[in-house]
Amino acid sequence: MEAITLLQLIFDTLLGFTLLWLAWQALSSPDLFRAIVLFIAFGLLMALTWVRLNAPDIALAEAAIGAGLTGALLLSALARLKAKNSATIMTEQVKNKPLFWLLLTMLSLAVTSGLAFSVLTLQENSPGLSIWVLENIETSGVSNPVTAVLLNYRGYDTLLEMSVLLVALLGIWSLGGVPKRHDSFPGQILNILIPLLVPLLIMVAGYLLWAGAHAPGGAFQAGSLLGAAGILFLLVGWQFGTQFMGLPLRIMITFGLALFIAVGVALMLFGNQFLEYPSSLAGSLIFLIEAAATLSIGITLAALFLGGRPGLRRHK
Amino acid sequence: MTLLIDILTSLLLIAGAVFFLGGTIGLFRFPDVYTRLHALTKADNVGLGLMMAGLSLQADSLATVGKLLLIWLLVLLASASVAHLIAKTARQRGIEPWKQ
Repeated sequence: MEAITLLQLIFDTLLGFTLLWLAWQALSSPDLFRAIVLFIAFGLLMALTWVRLNAPDIALAEAAIGAGLTGALLLSALARLKAKNSATIMTEQVKNKPLFWLLLTMLSLAVTSGLAFSVLTLQENSPGLSIWVLENIETSGVSNPVTAVLLNYRGYDTLLEMSVLLVALLGIWSLGGVPKRHDSFPGQILNILIPLLVPLLIMVAGYLLWAGAHAPGGAFQAGSLLGAAGILFLLVGWQFGTQFMGLPLRIMITFGLALFIAVGVALMLFGNQFLEYPSSLAGSLIFLIEAAATLSIGITLAALFLGGRPGLRRHK
Repeated sequence: MTLLIDILTSLLLIAGAVFFLGGTIGLFRFPDVYTRLHALTKADNVGLGLMMAGLSLQADSLATVGKLLLIWLLVLLASASVAHLIAKTARQRGIEPWKQ
């Protein structure tokens, strides 16, 4: 047993230092492509770290959104930057170097010592709020404590998170139309691979959504898989009919949030608080909200990748 | 019986790790993008297969074995396709394969 604990300690230490090193490399690399690849590697190792911390829900979200989708978004942003100015993209040089480094060092030191202080002053084996979470799990309608917190006890936070995602998309849409892509020739491999992968992604998304009630999973993880399927379609240059790009797209994107709010308000009509589910209905309501959220999150993430408002003509 | 299975698992996992190590050394030591891709994807696919076989021996149910198998097949599909895409892009950019 001793040997295994020691091995785990070595592994965790290695993981921690590799994370720090990757983060530093990603931030300090003057080559943006390299920085993005390092950032994706950082996200994958971060997911592994969450697994080591017994938080598989966050690990799934980190791998799918932090490493996968953010990586795809960053790469497509880089492609747009490169298309704009053909010169190699280099990060801007700072003028006043010594002062900049001094400030940076002091700021990092302050944050690090603050973090170290709060970690060291933590009570060992502090249960936090988990006692209350587990005591009330019967009434929450689900048996996975993470889903219970996200969709029931702290449903408000999740509601606001979803609106943040919507606002992010509105921000991108306000910047203009979809950039004209160079005609890409995806080639045979992608054309074979994608019809194989997309149904599988949709199935796994459904599984994660369903499993979220009793095991790690849930709307954000499932939604990010749908988003990945959408991005694959966009990558091979599949066009969605313009008739779907107007109102239908907007309805799909806001559907999750709208249903969430509608459920909350409807419960108020029956004398409950906003989003206070009666425990007999809680399971079904949570599943309904999560299903709608999955769809909306997936389409929103794919729309983020599109990088502009579809259907808008770009003025030169 | 359990001891036998444990020993077999250990052997499979160690063999898998050796292949991963080989792939990584290949990635660092091989001269160009094509040979590196070859080392990385081939060795890692075998390494992962051996590891999945080793872990399957410890699984509680057939469903878990099925999931492990599915993970391996998906990685095979993904790594073969991605290796092809990277190699194709490298060809299109005019990177010549290494010749001694």
